[in-house]
Amino acid sequence: MPPREPTTELADRVSNGDLGAVSEALNRIDDSRPERREDALALLDALETRGRGARIGVTGAPGSGKSTLLDALVSGLRKRDRSVGILAVDPSSQRTGGALLGDRMRLGSAARDAGVFLRSLAARDRLGGLSEVTGPSLDVMVAAFDAVFVETVGVGQSEAEVIDLVDTLVFIAHPSAGDLIQFMKAGILEWPDIFFVNKADLGDAARRTATELQAGLDLGGRRDPGFRPPVLCGSARDGLGIDELIEAIDAHQAYLTSSGQREDRRKMGRVARVRSAIVSRYGSLGLEHLTGPLAIEEYVGARSNRSVERLAADLGRQVEESLGADGD
Amino acid sequence: MSPERDRPWLIRTYSGHSSARASNALYRSNLAKGQTGLSVAFDLPTQTGYDSDHLLARGEVGKVGVPICHIDDMQSLFEEIPLDKMNTSMTINATAAWLLSLYIATAERQGSSPAQLTGTTQNDIIKEYLSRGTFVFPPDASMRLTSEIVSYTVDHAPKWNPINICSYHLQEAGATPVQEIAFAMANAISVLDRVRENDGVDDETLSRIFGRISFFLNAGIRFVEEMCKCRAMTQLWQEIGRERYDITDEKMLRLRYGVQVNSLGLTEAQPENNIVRIALEALGVTLSKRARTRSLQLPAWNEALGLPRPWDQQLSLRTQQILAYETDLLEYEDLFDGSHVVEKMTADLLSEAREELDRVLDMGGAVSAVENAYMKQRLVESHTARLRAIESGELTVVGVNDYRETVESPLVEGGSNAILKVDASAEREQIESLEAFRKRRNEAEAKRALRQLEDVVKNGGSIMPPSIEAAKAGVTTGEWSQVLRDVFGEYRAPTGVGAAPATDAASATEEVRQVRDRVDAVSKDLGRRLKILVGKPGLDGHSNGAEQIAVKARDVGMEVVYDGIRLTPQEIVQSARDEGVHVIGLSILSGSHGVLVVDVVEQLKKAGLGHVPVVVGGIIPDDDARELEKAGVRRVYTPKDFDLTRIMDEIVDVVSELNAA
Repeated sequence: MPPREPTTELADRVSNGDLGAVSEALNRIDDSRPERREDALALLDALETRGRGARIGVTGAPGSGKSTLLDALVSGLRKRDRSVGILAVDPSSQRTGGALLGDRMRLGSAARDAGVFLRSLAARDRLGGLSEVTGPSLDVMVAAFDAVFVETVGVGQSEAEVIDLVDTLVFIAHPSAGDLIQFMKAGILEWPDIFFVNKADLGDAARRTATELQAGLDLGGRRDPGFRPPVLCGSARDGLGIDELIEAIDAHQAYLTSSGQREDRRKMGRVARVRSAIVSRYGSLGLEHLTGPLAIEEYVGARSNRSVERLAADLGRQVEESLGADGD
Repeated sequence: MSPERDRPWLIRTYSGHSSARASNALYRSNLAKGQTGLSVAFDLPTQTGYDSDHLLARGEVGKVGVPICHIDDMQSLFEEIPLDKMNTSMTINATAAWLLSLYIATAERQGSSPAQLTGTTQNDIIKEYLSRGTFVFPPDASMRLTSEIVSYTVDHAPKWNPINICSYHLQEAGATPVQEIAFAMANAISVLDRVRENDGVDDETLSRIFGRISFFLNAGIRFVEEMCKCRAMTQLWQEIGRERYDITDEKMLRLRYGVQVNSLGLTEAQPENNIVRIALEALGVTLSKRARTRSLQLPAWNEALGLPRPWDQQLSLRTQQILAYETDLLEYEDLFDGSHVVEKMTADLLSEAREELDRVLDMGGAVSAVENAYMKQRLVESHTARLRAIESGELTVVGVNDYRETVESPLVEGGSNAILKVDASAEREQIESLEAFRKRRNEAEAKRALRQLEDVVKNGGSIMPPSIEAAKAGVTTGEWSQVLRDVFGEYRAPTGVGAAPATDAASATEEVRQVRDRVDAVSKDLGRRLKILVGKPGLDGHSNGAEQIAVKARDVGMEVVYDGIRLTPQEIVQSARDEGVHVIGLSILSGSHGVLVVDVVEQLKKAGLGHVPVVVGGIIPDDDARELEKAGVRRVYTPKDFDLTRIMDEIVDVVSELNAA
C-alpha cells in the first residue's frame, strides 16, 4: 500500500481534476471504519466549497435507452472539451451484499474515453434506491469535473432521492403510452427539468408520448412553477437530438443561476439529505430529539461551508446525547 | 457380407495457426492423411477486422488461427490446393463477406469461377453476440451483411453454403438441448425473414435459399439425448420450411448440418480421458442415419491444456476414420426408427423447443432477444446451473469431481512440451510481410476500391461485388473493416450477467456460506465491501468463463464490476482506477496471456496501482503460469480449477494478505 496522503493535498489534487485523486477520495469517503470517519468528513468539508460542476441526474425506466443516451451525451460534452464524471447506480444488490455492476459495459465508448471518470455504485442496503455513499460521492466528483451525471434505473424511490442531489434532472421516456400513467402515478412529472423522448424513430408513438407529456405538464403541480421543462425528441442510438439536449441542460443551468433557484435547491437538498441521514440512522424518533424539522433547517442553513455528512454526524451526536439522557 | 455402404461424412479438422504458409503446410499434410475437407481457423484480429499491426492485434497474431490480411495471404493459404475441388469451411462471421471475397478472388487467380466453389462461411452473427464474441457491427448492419452474402451466393456461387447457423457455441455457453434447438431455429428464421425482403427474392429463390441454409451443431457427452436432439431439429426445420416459408421441395427441406463435438466437457485433469469422450460424442451424431451429420470436426484431446500439435490432431482424424471405415456404422438403415424410447425423447424435445421458439418469436425474434438479453440470460442461467451441479457433485465428471485418484499420465510428461508452441516470431514476420505487401500494391487502385466500397455501404446495394474488387485491388482486412466501422458503428452486446439468479440463502452450500462470511469479514477490515473487476483483455470473445466468475463473485458477496470483452490493458487499468477495486480478475483463452496480462501488471504499476493484485484464468500452460507469477500475477487458474467457490476463497486470501501487510 502506498503511504496515505494528507487530506488537504488530496483535496487539492481532486479539484485539479486528477483522476487518481478522485478515485482515492471516493474510496476514503466510503470507508466505514470508525477510526477513518473523521478523515472522510475532513475531506468532504475541504471539498464542500469547491464544487463547481453541474450536477445532472439521468433517469428513466429500464429499456428506455438511458445508457445509450448517456453515452451519446458524454461524447457530445467531450467534443465541447468539458470534463465529465459519471456515477452509475446499480439497483441490483443481493441479500448477500454482492452486486453485479455492469454499467461500464452498457456505456460503451463513453466509459473508454480516457478523459471520462466512471464509478459504479451498488444500491447496497437500499434496494431500489441510492446507497448512502451516493450523495458524498457526487460531492467529491463535482469538485473535479465540469459535469457529473448520476444515472439511476427505474421510476420511483431512486428518483425521489436523486432529486435531493442534482441541479438538473433529465428524464428519458420510452415511446409507449403506458409509461405516462406510470409517471403520473409515481408523481414523476413533478420532478424532471427536461424530458427526452428517446427512440423517436418509432414515429407516431414517440410523438404521442411527447404530446402526453406536454399535456401532463399543463396540469401543473410542478416543483418549480417558474420553469417549464422542455420535452425533446431524439434517438440516442442515431445521435439525433443530442446537441439539443446539451443546449437544454446548459439553458437550465443558466436559469438556475439567474433565478436564484440554484442556491434554493441546494439548500433544500442539503436539508433533505441531513434529515434522511438522521432518519436512516435513528428512525423518525431521532428527528423529534432535534425539536422538530425546523431545527435541522436552521442548523444546516447556518453552516453552508460544512459538508452534509459532517452536519449529519454532528446532529447525530446530539440525537445520541438526547437519547442517552432519555435512558437515564 | 460387404453390403452397400453409405458415403461417409466430410472429415475435417478445425485448424490454422502462425501464418498462411505454416497453415498451408498443415492443411496439405492433413489432406495427405485422408482428411476430406478443410476447416479454416482464423486468428482473432482477422475475425474482428484488424490488420496484424493494429494496436488491438498485439499478442493475438497467429494465436488461435491463421492471420489473413490480404489476397496474397489467402493465396499462400491455399497454395497447391485447387479450390474448385476442395470443400472449405471458414469459421468467419463479422468479416465473412470480406474473407469470402478474398477466397473468391484467390479462386479466380487459380483459374476457377465462384460457381465451382463448395464450402461454407459461418456468417452467423447472432451466436457471436450470445457466446463467441467476435461481433463488430450492430445487429441491424450485421443482418444486412449476412443477408447480402446469402443473396449473392445463391446466384453466383450456388454450391456454397453462405451461412452456418451455429448452435455449437450456444452449448459451449451452457445451452440445454432444448435451448440449442430453439435458439438455432429462431436465428435461422431471423436470417430468412431478412433475406426475404431483399430485391429479387421470389418464391423459387427463397426455396433455393432455404435449401442452402446449413447448421453447425454441438454434440455433448449425453450422446443418446444428443442424437434425439438432431432428430428433433430435423423435424422442426421441415415444419418451419413448410409452414412459415411455403417450401414444398423435399430436397430443400432437408436439414443439413455439420458438427464439432463438445469442448466444454473436455477436462484438463486426466486429459487422456477426453479421447474416449470425443469418440462417444462423435458416435452420437453419426449413429442414426436419419440424423447423421454431413461433416464432422473433432477437437484434440489436449485442448484444455493449450494448442494441439499435429500429432494430437492426427489422433482426432484417425478416430473419425475408424468410425467411418472400420466399423459397420455406415452399412444400415436407421437403427432407431420405431424405437419408442428414442421417439418419445425426440417428441418431448420437440414440443419443449417449439414452446421456447414461440417465446423468442413473440418478443420479436432472435435479434430482439439479443438486444433485450433474453437468450443470453437463459444461457448464463443454464451454465451457472451446470457448474453448480459439478461443484456439488450432482453431475459426475470423471477425473474432475469424482474418481480423481490417478497415476501420472505419460502423455503429458514434460508439461508444456505436450502442446503446440506458436513461434514468437510469427507476429513480427506477419507484420513485416504485411508492410511489404502494402508497399508493392497499387495504392491508387486500392484507394479507388475502398471509395467504391464505402459508396455501396453507405447508399445500399450488395456488398459482395465491391468487396471482391477490393480484394483484387490489394485492400487489407483492416481497411475493409474500417470502412464498415465508420458507417455502421461498433456494437457492445448485452451480457445477461446482471440478471443471473443468485443462490439464495437456503440453497447456498456450506462452502459458499463460509466464503460469504469471509468476504463480510475482510470487507469490514477494508472499510468497504470487497470490490473486484472482472474483464477480458485482447480480442478473445469467449466470455462464458468470465461471466461465471462474475456471477459467483457476486454470490459470495463481492461487488463486481463486470467490464466485458475486448479490452486494452489501458482500459483495464482505467476501470480499476475509476472503480477503486481491491482485486482484478482477468480471463483470457486465446493464448496471448504472455503479452497482455504482463502489460496490465506493468501499466498498473505506472498508474500508481501496483498494490492492486491481479489474478488470471484461462488456458495457460504451466510454464507460462510460472512466468506470469514472476511478473507479479498473484494466482493463475486453468480449466482444472472447476470449483469456483474455492477460487473465490483464494481471492479473499489474496486481498486479506495484502491488506494485512
